[in-house]
Amino acid sequence: MNTSVDHEQPRRRGIFSRFLEQTGSLTVFSLRFFPNVFVPPYELGEVRRHLDELGSKSLPLAGITGFIVGLIIAMQTRPTLFRFGADSFLPAMVAISFVRELGPVITALIVAGRVSSGIGAELGSMRVTEQIEAIEVSGIDPYKFLVVTRVLACVLLQPLLTAIVNAIGLFGAYVAVAIESSMSWQLYWDSVVQSLTFADVIPGLAKTAIFGFIIGIVGCHQGFHAEGGTVGVGRASTTAVVLSSMLIIFTDMILVKLTVWIWP
Amino acid sequence: MALVEVQNIWKAFEGHSVLRNVSLLVNKGSAVAILGKSGAGKSVLLKILIGLIKPDAGSAMIDGKDVVTIPRKEMNALRKTMGYLFQGAALYDSMSVRENLAFPLERQVTLTQEELEDRIVTQLRLVGLEDAIDKMPSELSGGMKKRVGLARALITNPRIMFYDEPTTGLDPITSREISYLMRNLQERYQLTSIAVTHDMQCAKIIADNVAILSEGTLEHQGTLSTLEQSQDETVRSFFVSV
Repeated sequence: MNTSVDHEQPRRRGIFSRFLEQTGSLTVFSLRFFPNVFVPPYELGEVRRHLDELGSKSLPLAGITGFIVGLIIAMQTRPTLFRFGADSFLPAMVAISFVRELGPVITALIVAGRVSSGIGAELGSMRVTEQIEAIEVSGIDPYKFLVVTRVLACVLLQPLLTAIVNAIGLFGAYVAVAIESSMSWQLYWDSVVQSLTFADVIPGLAKTAIFGFIIGIVGCHQGFHAEGGTVGVGRASTTAVVLSSMLIIFTDMILVKLTVWIWP
Repeated sequence: MALVEVQNIWKAFEGHSVLRNVSLLVNKGSAVAILGKSGAGKSVLLKILIGLIKPDAGSAMIDGKDVVTIPRKEMNALRKTMGYLFQGAALYDSMSVRENLAFPLERQVTLTQEELEDRIVTQLRLVGLEDAIDKMPSELSGGMKKRVGLARALITNPRIMFYDEPTTGLDPITSREISYLMRNLQERYQLTSIAVTHDMQCAKIIADNVAILSEGTLEHQGTLSTLEQSQDETVRSFFVSV
């Protein structure tokens, strides 16, 4: 196809103009999600398929990471707290840090690495093999079928996945506590529950839906606009991970500030 | 009566002119082959007709509607009357042959499960691939993919068919088989069809009329026998090798 001429052009443009172009393109692409998500057809079968595909396959990696991080935090902080005679605060410290910050961010970064790149590669490969055009010429909106279903699955999935990773992380921390002290599970769990308030749990889980949106939309955007054959597919996949991870951390920084402002 | 009417289409990519003042008329029920070298802009013209690429100037009327200016919703409705065979067949990798055929059908027409299955099997039988119904695209050869692509394009009973390099990448025997299959389906369903190709053998089998796209223009148009008599060097170059 003659559009190959078009592919040469980005290399000649400046970094700043490419950045603006990408930002504008991602913003417009993201905003299309909101009207489309409420308009039928809903493609619920596809959403279910993605929930299963993205969720069940991300859980093992996110769960193991959560367990190890919980274990390490407890192992690292216990000696310091013990020195000040404050080791009884360990469950509360682990619980607050995990539920407010570590759980949501770790889960989001793990899912970004796995899911965002996967979506980028899958849609990128569909783009370069003209499968997206094939959907379009069938009179079906490919954005609605491919993007809305995936992003919605990510938005629904992320809070659920984070809640599970939080629980696994807290269990990991207990394992470290149990190895080095005689604290019972009951006592540990009571301390965890008492230390947490809605102001810790709700913002922690709510922001994961935003992380889910970022993971889905960035992966879809990169894949949807992939060009230049297999090289383009690889580029879409890599950029999806890098960009979504950066946006997650940046958004988290803003949301932490916002949370502290709302619940001082 | 012209079902497809292309008028003064211009298209350039980043300053490189691909189509220059291209005009074409395709009557209802006729089959046209657009010949041209690789990179001549044939696929661009076809994608303009199906509304995937917007031209810089000109109009492309399909059934009285200008696909250049038509709103997206109306374009999607118009596309339901068209079929498109992609160069690489563009089968959905994650779906089986059955699901590939069901995908456009179940979103365009309300059918019972039995009717859906019946339409899929009938369509696959037409292209000689009913045994491949549960196969995945990765298990199919190039020729089989084209046949499934053809079955998928035709399953919604389109009135107009577009073929993008239907025989590219196939051996001569399979190319001929696919070309005859296209011709048979064209006659069976009374389709209006436009095929872009650089395969003269295929054009001779499938087309009533031929247009030659050279240096962005469609200067030479006519029946195969008329163009075969032409003394123009560009036209001769397509006939000489056959």
